[in-house]
Amino acid sequence: MTGIGAKITGLSLVLATLVFGFMLWGLRGPTGFILELRAIKLVSLICVGAAAGAATVLFQTVARNQLLTPGIVGFDALFVLIQTLLVAVLGGIGTAQLPAALRFALETGVLMLAASLLFGSLLRRDASDITRMILTGVIVGVLLRGLSSMVQRLLDPSEFSIVQQAMFASFGQVDAGQLVIAALTLLAAFALAMRLAPMLDVAALGRQTARGLGVPYDSLMLITLLIVAAMISISTALVGPITFLGLLCASLARLWLDTHRHAVLIPASALIGALTLVSGQFVFERLLHSESALAVVVEFFGGLLFLILVLRKAKT
Amino acid sequence: MIETSHLSFTIGDSQILRDVSLSILPGVVTGLIGPNGAGKSTLLHCLAGLTEPSSGHVRIDGQDPFTARDDDRARMVAFLQQSPTTVSRLRVEELVAFGRWPHHRGRPGPEDAEQVAKALDAFDLEELAGRPIETLSGGQKQRAFVAMTYAQDTPWILLDEPLNALDPRHARNLMARLATLANEEGRSIAVVLHDINAAARWADQIVAMKDGQVLAHGASRDVLTSDTLYACFDTPFDTVPHAGRKLVVAT
Repeated sequence: MTGIGAKITGLSLVLATLVFGFMLWGLRGPTGFILELRAIKLVSLICVGAAAGAATVLFQTVARNQLLTPGIVGFDALFVLIQTLLVAVLGGIGTAQLPAALRFALETGVLMLAASLLFGSLLRRDASDITRMILTGVIVGVLLRGLSSMVQRLLDPSEFSIVQQAMFASFGQVDAGQLVIAALTLLAAFALAMRLAPMLDVAALGRQTARGLGVPYDSLMLITLLIVAAMISISTALVGPITFLGLLCASLARLWLDTHRHAVLIPASALIGALTLVSGQFVFERLLHSESALAVVVEFFGGLLFLILVLRKAKT
Repeated sequence: MIETSHLSFTIGDSQILRDVSLSILPGVVTGLIGPNGAGKSTLLHCLAGLTEPSSGHVRIDGQDPFTARDDDRARMVAFLQQSPTTVSRLRVEELVAFGRWPHHRGRPGPEDAEQVAKALDAFDLEELAGRPIETLSGGQKQRAFVAMTYAQDTPWILLDEPLNALDPRHARNLMARLATLANEEGRSIAVVLHDINAAARWADQIVAMKDGQVLAHGASRDVLTSDTLYACFDTPFDTVPHAGRKLVVAT
């Protein structure tokens, strides 16, 4: 087995061990019920971690910048705006009464549609101008945040607290029905990404070189962005926005595995994402018996890493 | 043969290429020379089928590169852009192996491995094969990219300023290697050059360009005259016979 193969196997084994620990540690009382709850939480942690990790590797290839995350183009802001509008239009009770599957489908659908429109129109106009696309994303993000903030001022305090809950990722309220749909869609997106992995290796050389080598660069980038949109939309709709988790995973995968190959980086980053969330939740829930928001801690360390990477790049 | 007829390319109000009609002969080295902004790189992009002209046609051995499938086009013509970008952690042999992409599309076989080894050998890269690209010097990097283009194993090779960042020894070796490819393997090579003496020494045919137009086109000895060079660069040149070719000196 090669060094990279051994490392991926090692990651998988650690994740498998953590899965057992997460499910069985301190198990007492009505085991069937508790195991079901733990299984839902575990699968949602794995889905979200893997989606954030894999999507960030793909997004960084499209953007040709290893400091970026999909959150930068306004996904999180759009998610918060959707939540805000739902509460503003339907009211707090109306939003709560909305069937979970419908709400999930609505959120995912709107996020994917918006991402496709943004990327699709920008790519059609000038496929080589990724920088403009990202800058537009940043501006759109600011605009969406501004709109959310404006609508939030019109809400009464109880309704605002519902929106506020949605503004931070939470793994405690995932619906089992949503999770099945999300997991299957993520698996399909992941399989497609792995199929495209060798072509993405060539595409990483840039538009002209890749096209010169016969890679259909523009359509490949569009498909990859749609995969990213699907992964991030589903993960965000499932638990809420986590901006820096993906950056953490993709950076660690590149650093540890020392490769440019997408066939390695995509699964490795996905595994690291799942590992980070499962281990973090395990430590908080099982060992520290704390209900602290894992997402906040992940965001803290992810943000810290982002700063370190930016400062290191500035130095070099 | 690569043929263009009435090729024009416009960006906004700027006309980069104006009614370019020329034929580039197969099996020889053709040098494209001209001042900055003459349209050499744009012409090369159009010839490679990567930039669609505003009007006019390109035919590579009778085929339209703009209607060909991406991989068919990439088996017909290899193109190396000016200052290509690299990927961190990518090793030299992996970069060279990318040249085989149009042939294997992600499933390399023994023939691909042979071609990669041949390209590494042809461009003196065997010792650097395992090195990450970002650890190489500019010249070594350039050689690795040219080797990738060679590994693509196409009848046509188009190179945009491949001598950038090369020291005299490696520049000479690279041009000599390209001449060998044309003479011994029958490859057809078009190369944008800023070094007129490199063009004089190694190119069989010269296309001299200015302001998006072809000023002169033909055998090196016919094109590289003081008058043509002055008209092209607005600078006086003397040409001196040397080893059966011309040496060009700016005066």
